[in-house]
Amino acid sequence: MTLTATGFDWVRALVHKESAIVLQPGKEYLVEARLLPIARQLGLSDVGEFVDSVRTRPSADHTRRIVEALTTNETSWFRDGDPFSALSSTVLPSLLAKRNAGERLQIWSAACSSGQEPYTIAMLLEDALPNAASRVSITATDLSREMVERTRAGRFSQLEVNRGLPAPMLIRHFTRVGSEWEVSPALRRMVTAGECNLAAPLPRMGPFDVVYLRNVLIYFDLPTKRSILSNVRTLMRPDGWLFLGAAETTLGVDDSWERVVIGRTSAYRPLKGA
Amino acid sequence: MNVRALVIDDSRAMRRIVSSILEGLGYEVQQAGHGREGLDVLETGWVPELVCVDWNMPVMDGLQFVSAVRTNPAWRSMTIMMVTSESEHTQIVRALAAGAHEYVIKPFTADAIRDKLALLGLLPQEVAL
Repeated sequence: MTLTATGFDWVRALVHKESAIVLQPGKEYLVEARLLPIARQLGLSDVGEFVDSVRTRPSADHTRRIVEALTTNETSWFRDGDPFSALSSTVLPSLLAKRNAGERLQIWSAACSSGQEPYTIAMLLEDALPNAASRVSITATDLSREMVERTRAGRFSQLEVNRGLPAPMLIRHFTRVGSEWEVSPALRRMVTAGECNLAAPLPRMGPFDVVYLRNVLIYFDLPTKRSILSNVRTLMRPDGWLFLGAAETTLGVDDSWERVVIGRTSAYRPLKGA
Repeated sequence: MNVRALVIDDSRAMRRIVSSILEGLGYEVQQAGHGREGLDVLETGWVPELVCVDWNMPVMDGLQFVSAVRTNPAWRSMTIMMVTSESEHTQIVRALAAGAHEYVIKPFTADAIRDKLALLGLLPQEVAL
């Protein structure tokens, strides 16, 4: 039994309710592909049977797994490189010049997936700043509990370290543990991971000097995008920096940001008085 | 601008896989079955922007090839990426110390090669800038 129209609509409604992410009609293939491993794990033959069983007998664990499977994304190290070079070249020197010596910089990786983004930031900082772990803290959050746990573990498969991690950084910051690679204790000390649903009221955090909110807004409708940007702004310092994904912008969504071009990328800064 | 790559691997299947990924990205590719054959290609004066080289091969292995290339100033501009199943920390250290720029561990996906080339500034559209 394949996924029925009723089953797909139920999944769409569930994902929208739990995460505010909009699954457009025509994304049935995505639902099938992402939920098939869970259905098989449970001994069911296909996604249709799995969705129908959860729909008729809802279970908190199964609904969470459905939402997580449809809201987590592929990620790689130094994804789209430029927002990270901008951190080293412009953002970090500017912040260090403004902050007192003892003041700890706070960075937020707001959709950290399995941890590549926060550890990429941690590696850059470790290479740029003496005693980085005592001067910077990185908060890594994701909607998915599984992704948060993976970020905490800081272990990556061979295939994952192949994806965009420069070899000199691999040998400097990782050790082999069995068939996996583990990030160094120094990097792990910098990163604190936790669950966070960006579409819900945000927990008390920050104030952040830098926020990476990349490739997240594309999944939400306009009112939700606006509300997320506004909530994120309240957790940032007035002279903070926000990085969005290459296909995302605040323009036409929330006018309380100033766009600043840094090399081949852009950052957004809270507009004064907005 | 034309970008060129030399793919050195004793496995014909692996040479074909790596070559086809690179050709898909716009590279002109030549192939060699071991390090010595690779040096023969370079000695003809065909000096590519990129060399992808395996580690374990007969006649001349990848590490010997990298060391040999690095003794010739005419080949200094070439970027060398090892593509190998050797995955120990110490082996990656040795390869980089010998003069390799990057390291891809088998098995890999086409995206992994693409990501590494982006890091190296060797995606053809970037080379052309």
